[in-house]
Amino acid sequence: MECVFGMVGKGFALVVADSSAVNSILVHKSNEDKIMVLDSHKLMGASGEAGDRAQFTEYVQKNVALYQYRNNIPLTTKAAANFMRGELATALRKNPYMVNIVLAGYDKETGPSLYFIDYIATLHKVDKAAFGYGSYFALSMMDRHYHADMTVDEAIKLADQCIEEIRSRLVVAPQNFVIKIVDQDGAREHSWRRTTKD
Amino acid sequence: MKLDFSGLESSAPLYGGNNGLLCDGFSDAPSFDLPVTSDFDGFQKNSIQMVKPAKGTTTLAFIFKEGVMVAADSRASMGGYISSQSVKKIIEINPYMLGTMAGGAADCQFWHRNLGIKCRLHELANKRRISVTGASKLLANILYSYRGMGLSVGTMIAGWDEKGPGLYYVDSEGGRLKGTKFSVGSGSPYAYGVLDSGYKYDMTIDEAAELARRAIYHATFRDGASGGVASVYHVGPTGWTKLSGDDVGELHYSYYPVEPAIVEQEMTEAIVA
Repeated sequence: MECVFGMVGKGFALVVADSSAVNSILVHKSNEDKIMVLDSHKLMGASGEAGDRAQFTEYVQKNVALYQYRNNIPLTTKAAANFMRGELATALRKNPYMVNIVLAGYDKETGPSLYFIDYIATLHKVDKAAFGYGSYFALSMMDRHYHADMTVDEAIKLADQCIEEIRSRLVVAPQNFVIKIVDQDGAREHSWRRTTKD
Repeated sequence: MKLDFSGLESSAPLYGGNNGLLCDGFSDAPSFDLPVTSDFDGFQKNSIQMVKPAKGTTTLAFIFKEGVMVAADSRASMGGYISSQSVKKIIEINPYMLGTMAGGAADCQFWHRNLGIKCRLHELANKRRISVTGASKLLANILYSYRGMGLSVGTMIAGWDEKGPGLYYVDSEGGRLKGTKFSVGSGSPYAYGVLDSGYKYDMTIDEAAELARRAIYHATFRDGASGGVASVYHVGPTGWTKLSGDDVGELHYSYYPVEPAIVEQEMTEAIVA
């Protein structure tokens, strides 16, 4: 029931994720932040098995930081995406990580970019991506209303439409969502969409 | 129990008689699949068992103004057999940190003891106490490395460090959650109900202890795998203290005392002429 989706706009990229931590029928908490700030200009929204999600995203975050310390230059979004895919692929036939990732980043030379990374190490550079049961609703909404070079307000409006659709049509819809944005000023939290106050 | 479906079968065809062209898909009466089982009541019972949390216990912990309140029951069950009513499910890791036990007793006891050792080593190496964040991360990483090998641990690490009260939920699937209110075990849905409705951040220690005790009691009332004694601990700035340990049977009669039945007429000996 976890939903993560994202899209690219004019000079920015947006990632939206639900914030529920669920165990069978119990909701343990509904303000869990699943969009990790990888470094100053990268966001990684992850969904999947509890332990794998936290462990894999933290592993990637620390390795990205290590690269920067060693080489005095930050990784590009493309390089980070390929690193993640490589790690998932290596582990796939032994001890697979059950995590799906939407990676959003801003590079000075190439601008905003979005990457779709599957749990079986699929990698695609895309304009819009979605994972989870919510993707059934979010993908068609985005296909219909998305256009290149949207402004922040247009993109937030589209994200809100997707969230509303998920809330009204998904049988066990997540209660709260978090929206994070990355642009030339960096990666930061944009806002929350709450129905419960945890 | 065999259900009688003869009423669902339709004798007359729905559409256009026996015209092969028109009614290929429409000659049968509308029907839907029922679960393929002869034991329909057992099926319903099994589907409830499937979603119920597996670890036979009730433990809970929450953060409030005065620190962390930790409570648990004390029953150990093996299937339908109650093997003990006096299990210590709140494990004292060190004087300012507590862990709760849900799942395999041996797994919880061993790994909490191991965590206590690692925390002490950290203190000796760094000349300062380990934080609750750090301790829970140590445990979560160990459990993550044993993922899929059959460990069964659903624990909460509660403590007081430099940042104030801390509470983490850690389980054997490798999950680790930071939060203010958790309940773990087969009785946890029942406990969550009482806990959520009575929780306020501004409670006194006594009010919080009573809320914790009441939540454990209600869970033991409804869940067969929970029972025994409801223990309540408080973790404050100077460490943990055990507040109470009440038998839930006695708690029941203190919350719901037996009203003496109103006797309308007493029976007396029949007068024999």
